[in-house]
Amino acid sequence: MAEPALSIRGLTKVYGNGFQALKGIDLDVQQGDFFALLGPNGAGKSTTLGVVCSLVQKTAGKVSIFGIDVDKDFAKAKYQLGVVPQEFNFNQFEKVLDIVLAQAGYYGMTSREALPRAKQLLTDLGLWEKRNGSARMLSGGMKRRLMIARALMHRPRLLILDEPTAGVDIELRRSMWEYMRRINQDEGTTIILTTHYLEEAESLCRNVAIINNGEIVRNTSVRELLAELDTETFLIDLAEPVAEVPQIEGFELHQLEPTQLSLLVHRGQRLNDVFNALSEQGIQVVSMRNRANRLEEMFVSMVEASGPGAIDQRVNIPSTDRSPAEHRENQA
Amino acid sequence: MNATQTLIALWTLVLKEIKRFTRIWPQTLLPPSITMAMYFIIFGNLIGSRIGDMGGFSYMDFIVPGLIMMSVITNSYSNVASSFFSNKFQRSIEEMMVSPMPNWVILSGFVFGGMARGLGVGLIVTVVSLFFTRLTMEHPLLTVLVVVLTSALFSIGGFINALLANKFDDISIVPTFILTPLTYLGGVFYSISMLPDFWQGVSMLNPILYMVNVFRYGFLGVSDIPVVWALAAIFAFIIVLFLAALMMLERGKGIRS
Repeated sequence: MAEPALSIRGLTKVYGNGFQALKGIDLDVQQGDFFALLGPNGAGKSTTLGVVCSLVQKTAGKVSIFGIDVDKDFAKAKYQLGVVPQEFNFNQFEKVLDIVLAQAGYYGMTSREALPRAKQLLTDLGLWEKRNGSARMLSGGMKRRLMIARALMHRPRLLILDEPTAGVDIELRRSMWEYMRRINQDEGTTIILTTHYLEEAESLCRNVAIINNGEIVRNTSVRELLAELDTETFLIDLAEPVAEVPQIEGFELHQLEPTQLSLLVHRGQRLNDVFNALSEQGIQVVSMRNRANRLEEMFVSMVEASGPGAIDQRVNIPSTDRSPAEHRENQA
Repeated sequence: MNATQTLIALWTLVLKEIKRFTRIWPQTLLPPSITMAMYFIIFGNLIGSRIGDMGGFSYMDFIVPGLIMMSVITNSYSNVASSFFSNKFQRSIEEMMVSPMPNWVILSGFVFGGMARGLGVGLIVTVVSLFFTRLTMEHPLLTVLVVVLTSALFSIGGFINALLANKFDDISIVPTFILTPLTYLGGVFYSISMLPDFWQGVSMLNPILYMVNVFRYGFLGVSDIPVVWALAAIFAFIIVLFLAALMMLERGKGIRS
């Protein structure tokens, strides 16, 4: 069997203030996988990825990238790795093209190699027209795409995406998903994704690990995880208001609005029974949808079950973009 | 990284640094030219004409090497301090940290960038000084050697300052409270032979005195202190500070949590 794209053993991180962010985690991500690392804020996701990218110093444990121990061959391991961080981390005053070309230079790529690669990536990500503009003039979505282009310049085999679509509008988010799927499927790039949009993880990822309080709570395939879901909650929109909650044997219904009900369905129960019962009571259903994303329900239940960690589960978390203190470049 | 890749990475970083300070030239290149022109007019011409000779030379000829050196020191230092700290602040330093570039390349890239600005400003100030006096160089090679080494030394100093800094204030404390007083007391405007013995002894503890004097020796052929000693001291400082900066970088001081 091929070496995992990422192998973590006994990873521990204790910060200077004594806070233990990681408690000896083990994790394998196989080559070619599209892998989600999920967890509430402060669970240890970013610390884990920070150690992998060498932005955070580990206290103990071992990290290997495609079988290369980062402690033994630091440079070789880094060639395999591309990183799209959560916060914008490029010089906002530099030109878009300069940012991606500089990144290629840091990996030792000649300008003859780097320029066509930059053109291809910036074109694919809709930024080629902006190449000569200052990065600070880009919209939030464009800045995120710039970081993806930058991370892909040296053709990494493992791409780490730390909340890549935070603060990006739905249309753009979906086009970014398509792009990520393409580089995973067509180019075989292994992708590790952290996200607060659990719909994103469900849609893109094959495998998932849930981390909470510095420990891996669950590490399995998305399909298996969802198969364990015992209940689902649906929202039912009605044609006419109802005076009281309809009673249907075996089902739990609540009225949210005069024309909206919530329905809790356990595994094995049939929705047809609900529709038939409502129809018999003269209630017409206009539409029905999941109240929440399925993975989200599973995620919340797992994190709640895993212990006393505070859940700060914000599905549509806004981006926490770090802006330069001053709007003009004042760095003499 | 092989040797070619390492050189490409180093050149990329140096070029990026040069682009940075040339992009903001009204903040980086213009002010020292204007300030030094003022020094030449006020101290060299107006006041200097009343001071008379200093060490056997006109006061203008005496202060020109010191003022060039002062520009090189402050610009080399502040370029690296502000650029590296801005990279920390904007987190763009992470671009370099996740790359396979060795730490010595990162350090050297910033140091060469600081030297490029320091020496560039030094050249501009030299050209400005030609409007006020005729420069002659007694020992051209020594002059170039000492200015390059001094620029390297203060670029490394700026790097260490930025590495340890947590806020923008931290990168202005050293230039304001240490570098500027040491430069002014380093024999830029006077010969230490004018001082009483005690203060001459105290002045000998000021490293900038050695650099200014060797540089002046390169131009005028006179120095308050032995040239060989001064060069040895600059070399020693460069080696010690470079290794200290590299060690801090390896340990992730100020950049890795």
